[in-house]
Amino acid sequence: MKYYASCLLLLLLAACDGGLWNNPYPVEDEGKSILYTAFTERPKHLDPAQAYSENEYEFLAQIYSPPLQYHYLKRPYQLIPLAAAKMPTVRYLDKSHRRLPDDAPGDLIAYSEYEISIKPNMRYQPHPAFVRDYMHLTPSDLSSVHSLNDFPETSTRLVTAADYAYQIKRLANPQLHQPIFGLMSEYIVGLKDYGAMLQQMIKNNPDASLDLNSISLPGVQVVDDTTYRIKIHGKYPQFIYWLAMPFFSPMPQEAELFYAQAGMRERNLTLDWWPVGSGPYYLSENDPNLRMILSRNPYYVSELYPGEGEPNDGQEGLLVDAGKSLPLIDKVVFSHEKETIPYWNKFLQGYYDASGISSDSFDQAVQVSVGGEASVTDAMKVQGITLSTSVATSTMYTGFNWLDPVVGGPSERSRKLRQAIAIAVDFEEFVSIFANGRGIPAQSPIPPGIFGYREGEAGINHYVYDWVNGAPKRKSIAEAKRMLAEAGYPDGLDEQTHQPLVINLDTTATGVGSKARLDWLRKQFDKINIQMVARSTDYNRFQDKVRKGDTQMFYWGWNADYPDPENFLFLLHGAQAKVGKGGENASNYSNPEYDKLFEQMKNMDNSQARQAIIDRMLEMLRRDSPWLWGYHPKNYVLQHDWLHNVKSNIMANNKLKYWRVDALQRDALRREWNQPARSPLWLSMAALLLFCIWMWRAIWKREQAK
Amino acid sequence: MNFMPDILWSDKLIFLLLAALSASAWYVRRHEHLLLPWRRVAHSATAMVSLMVLSLFLLIGLLDSLHYRAALPEKNNGETVYSPDVLSVFDKLVTPLRTHTEKTYSAPLAVTLYAKESTTDAQGNVVRDYPRLQYGGAHLADVSSRDGDIARRSLIGAAAGLIAGLLIVFAAKRWLPAHNWPKGPMFIAMLIITILIGALANLASGYHVLGTDKVGQDVLYQSLKSIRTGLVIGTVTTLVTLPLALFLGIAAGYMRGWVDDVIQYVYTVLSSIPSVLLIAAAVLMMQVTIDTHPEWFDTSASRADLRLVFLCLILGVTSWTGLCRLLRGETLKLREMEYIQAAQSFGVSTLRILTRHIVPNVMHIILIALVMDFSALVLAEAVLSYVGVGVDPSMISFGTMINSARLEMGREPMVWWALAAAFAFMLVLVLAANLFADAVRDAFDPRLSQTE
Amino acid sequence: MDVAGDLEARTSKMIAYLIRRILYAIPILIGVNLFTFALFFVVNTPDDMARMQLGIKRVTPDAIENWKQQHGYDKPLMLNRAASGTGKITDTIFWQKSAGMFVLEFGFSDDGRSISREIATRMGPSLAIALPTFMIGLVVYVSFALLMTLFRATALDMAGVALCVVLMSISGLFYIIGGQFLVSKLWHLVPISGYAVGEDSIKFVLLPVLIGVVGGVGSSSRWYRTIFLDEIGKDYVRTARAKGLSELHVLFRHVLKNAMIPILTGVVVVIPLLFLGSLLTESFFGIPGLGSYTIDAINAQDFSVVRAMVFLGSLLYIVGLILTDISYTMVDPRVRLS
Repeated sequence: MKYYASCLLLLLLAACDGGLWNNPYPVEDEGKSILYTAFTERPKHLDPAQAYSENEYEFLAQIYSPPLQYHYLKRPYQLIPLAAAKMPTVRYLDKSHRRLPDDAPGDLIAYSEYEISIKPNMRYQPHPAFVRDYMHLTPSDLSSVHSLNDFPETSTRLVTAADYAYQIKRLANPQLHQPIFGLMSEYIVGLKDYGAMLQQMIKNNPDASLDLNSISLPGVQVVDDTTYRIKIHGKYPQFIYWLAMPFFSPMPQEAELFYAQAGMRERNLTLDWWPVGSGPYYLSENDPNLRMILSRNPYYVSELYPGEGEPNDGQEGLLVDAGKSLPLIDKVVFSHEKETIPYWNKFLQGYYDASGISSDSFDQAVQVSVGGEASVTDAMKVQGITLSTSVATSTMYTGFNWLDPVVGGPSERSRKLRQAIAIAVDFEEFVSIFANGRGIPAQSPIPPGIFGYREGEAGINHYVYDWVNGAPKRKSIAEAKRMLAEAGYPDGLDEQTHQPLVINLDTTATGVGSKARLDWLRKQFDKINIQMVARSTDYNRFQDKVRKGDTQMFYWGWNADYPDPENFLFLLHGAQAKVGKGGENASNYSNPEYDKLFEQMKNMDNSQARQAIIDRMLEMLRRDSPWLWGYHPKNYVLQHDWLHNVKSNIMANNKLKYWRVDALQRDALRREWNQPARSPLWLSMAALLLFCIWMWRAIWKREQAK
Repeated sequence: MNFMPDILWSDKLIFLLLAALSASAWYVRRHEHLLLPWRRVAHSATAMVSLMVLSLFLLIGLLDSLHYRAALPEKNNGETVYSPDVLSVFDKLVTPLRTHTEKTYSAPLAVTLYAKESTTDAQGNVVRDYPRLQYGGAHLADVSSRDGDIARRSLIGAAAGLIAGLLIVFAAKRWLPAHNWPKGPMFIAMLIITILIGALANLASGYHVLGTDKVGQDVLYQSLKSIRTGLVIGTVTTLVTLPLALFLGIAAGYMRGWVDDVIQYVYTVLSSIPSVLLIAAAVLMMQVTIDTHPEWFDTSASRADLRLVFLCLILGVTSWTGLCRLLRGETLKLREMEYIQAAQSFGVSTLRILTRHIVPNVMHIILIALVMDFSALVLAEAVLSYVGVGVDPSMISFGTMINSARLEMGREPMVWWALAAAFAFMLVLVLAANLFADAVRDAFDPRLSQTE
Repeated sequence: MDVAGDLEARTSKMIAYLIRRILYAIPILIGVNLFTFALFFVVNTPDDMARMQLGIKRVTPDAIENWKQQHGYDKPLMLNRAASGTGKITDTIFWQKSAGMFVLEFGFSDDGRSISREIATRMGPSLAIALPTFMIGLVVYVSFALLMTLFRATALDMAGVALCVVLMSISGLFYIIGGQFLVSKLWHLVPISGYAVGEDSIKFVLLPVLIGVVGGVGSSSRWYRTIFLDEIGKDYVRTARAKGLSELHVLFRHVLKNAMIPILTGVVVVIPLLFLGSLLTESFFGIPGLGSYTIDAINAQDFSVVRAMVFLGSLLYIVGLILTDISYTMVDPRVRLS
């Protein structure tokens, strides 16, 4: 009873301050240019040398400025300078470091040298690491420090080319987790030895901190304050894409020295948690259990909103802010939202402006409309919620293990079996049930928007589809059964042993909804009388199995690092096999002819010749069918009416600076949607009161009766 | 033979329990003083009605525990080949429920899917409409006749159920041993149950009474299948708890000295670890073991089943400490009783004292603890599944149902029926168990009886 | 009688008792530690942990070795044959990872954050939910139980008990799902999830506390009711009533007062555990407490965090046991500490 009274009192108090009762944010933030969004999993790394996943880039891309970026509006994706003053120039050198003409044949080129000149006046975010006094802190200085904001003073400094070089050296630092060191050490001249040398130094003297500036790396040369050169082995045109990733951001050495001081790590003050960047925003509050806040970097050297894009962009209002200086929003509040239902409901109530990128919860909201295009429900249309989708540069596939005696290998028997399964597993239905239509069934590993993808009949997998009436149509189950019989399993029974064919599928699916997916898959195999047995394990065990080649079928996906077919086709390159070579080719597919073509295609510039080679490679893949090609998921953003300049861009992560919110409209709509229903309160109060009175009377009567 | 019985581990344990139960029932029947408290239970209307409900659930669970693998039509060198699909007698009985799967969601008793889809009509135009279900209401030529059909079917079913119920009641009146049963409530409950079953069965033959889930499986079927999982968790766990607690508790209380110290140490260590963490760690460990030995299992059902048995084991290991502590305390008290002191001084062997005097006198504590634990365990399963350390995700249980239905609440429009079904079935099961447990406790522990 | 001397004797006895209990706690904690350590290293090899932390793309065997070395998992588990002297024992994963716990130094989680700091910051939100739930719950449950006792053996009592049984037959998950749906989604009364520090926290705390209280009504009220009924059947109550004292007077003055002893001593053991928070509530409502920390750690298989939480849980449980014993002697001087 008391509880209800106090409850009510508090609610009334809350109502008195003028805010909505269910507003999770402070009242004083109303009307401000703040973007509200959420993250479902706290980022593990915020150090640009270590971070390599999408939820980490969601933050890092706003904080750090690598030399290049993707154009926000233009398609196909196009690289433009970010921190660089102009696009990098490349010079090709032969074995003895002599300059070669730009059109020199690939096998002559021994080295490529990229020269990058950066904008001269860029500055870092305000940070205590730039305050000289803070370089020699004693334990007593730190006693009152609990977060980075407890340092009273901050400062900044100019970004130099040396900072970019420093960061490249950090990629080889064995004290850090180095996701791309393996790859980069094959390209950047001397990086491999550099890493080995650092490793040796640490072994000899484990406690000393490494001064990377004093150890030179042959492949990286600082020319002057604004220019540096990177020399890589051979010709690797895709290298330029890496320059748009946070791995190649500038890193001031002060930051590392600052965080290396005693007592910092115990306070969770590390470079991995408190970035020091030169991008449009800086991390001003970092409580990954609750919220992370990005604030506008006051020293950010402004760039302007692009003035041109795709033809439709003007109509869709994406060019209204053309020429304005970025960023357009002052502050971004990321709230930690672990459970999907609250996340989704808060979005509907207007407390999140847009859906985050990694939010499966929003799947539920989207309907498939005429023509397979996803759209929002009527109720949401009334609210002004819109949806923009674009096909992601990723692919979700089901791989066969090439080393497995039943489903793997180049034999006729296993190929027919794989093709039969490919027909039977109906990914159109999968996309419509599990992705709510947000995906397109894949015809090959290459998704649309990437060079090498072909539209129309030329692009279909004719082992699985027929071209009927201008659209691909999956072959019939009868066809699949025929294939299966040819493979030696008439009606799902082995010709020789008459045992039913059982195929094991390994998944990491142990969570919610996985059961439905597995049930569905089983249904697909049932169509051609193959027994599918799902073996769900945790992710570790799964990786271990794949690494040992201890699987038959498995379900996996790949997110492109950069928009180039090489980044997809290498997933089936024999030299990349998981088993024995520890590469990324999880199905261990190997086909010498394919491998040869791959080597040839890898370093070519996009051209007719490259397309022809890719076509040949895809034909091989489709025939051999080492994967069920699965589908390419569609990325989507659900956004409220008050959020502007949102265009789905899969490659660019640094898109928050383009966005704009209309805070007044947001406040008005929130108020309209979130009026508290007071009647249940009054009713329960009244009921409680009645109950009390009744109780009292009953007790009184009993006393009287005595 | 066109099938091969496939006795899973949990089946074995269930039948072991059943045998133990029958044996003790037979034993109790022959001893009037043991029968007395049970007579008190039999007098209570709530107890008997909840026992009837529980028996119904138990029947479903038992039918669902008789597993077999059907023979495939082809033979291999004269040897019969069996399907890797493990089915139960219950599955066989409700085959239409199991096999009539739709494409995706449909609401309870619906004849169309829950979401619109584009189809091409005869003229080649794309039409956007709710597609008809493949099975649910497929017998109806016209969708608008659905309500009438539902009413008719449920009435016919209810009538058939009523007749069957009345027959049972008359038979019971005639054959039931003369005893002071709460006949009225029991008969009414019986009639209600049979009418419900009749109506439900008749409806289920033509519709998805509780709708279908994401991949079009019947929710009623899933709810019914969940019952077995709940029962296994609630009962098989006691197979671990009981011997551990009984043996160690009595040993500690009776022997005292260092035995007591060691046992106390063990259970303090175990009970001081937060149980969710202990269960999580153990379940993860078990999963690894299962994953590294795929050769132990010839079917996926046996894999899931072993995980279930392991989960029971682990729950047993974490839940025996409470009962053990109670038993130790009671034994300490009993040990000081005069008749036991006397027996000791007459040189009666320890074993005999324990079995003749101590164990019978703590039996009521054990019984009460076990029936009270049952509902707690059923509820715990749901929570553990949420944390991700419950039953195998491929196994139908209340926990897995709730867990996936939870997310469906966020759909627009909302999909509520799976959650509602899990809620209702779980509530009925746990409520019946709780009410029965109450009656048992009152009967065996008069000190706690309800009125002054 | 020398009152002061008596008190002194009691105090010194109490201190001796406390010391004994604390000494007894040490082997228990060592047992807990060994047990969880064994359990987790059967589950997870250090390689597994490394892979879990290193993510999905481009993980090389070198990176795994590196990670293990940095996080101290490259040592032998329990016994280091290569080392000399005490190093045989101390230069092992077990020693390195668990010796510090006994002085509450929990070290770093696998993703490099200080566990002690994390526990310190997360304790607040956990308490902000658990403490009000506990206290309000106690008041509500006791009042409800008293009411049922007052009307014992009437239809009202029966209805109350029936309500309790129904309430306790509903899974806790449903209370949370239902509560969020009604109060937050339909009625817009409080934010659906989240947390804020300080004054703002009230609106976030209301619903979880309400759900926590409602979820516990069934079992607790029923239990308290039996305690009250037990007490009311005793001779002194009969005597008091025979003297013509009013029912209410008897109930409050005698029954409540005496029944509070078993109730309070029964709940004392859970008080320290309040620090650990509630697993379900915290993760559904996005409250950054220790409960959600634990769940995250289980899901991420962060061995260090889970072990720290197990250790903390056991420690608090033992503290609870000691508090229970002390509270017995406080309310009833006849109980001797032994």
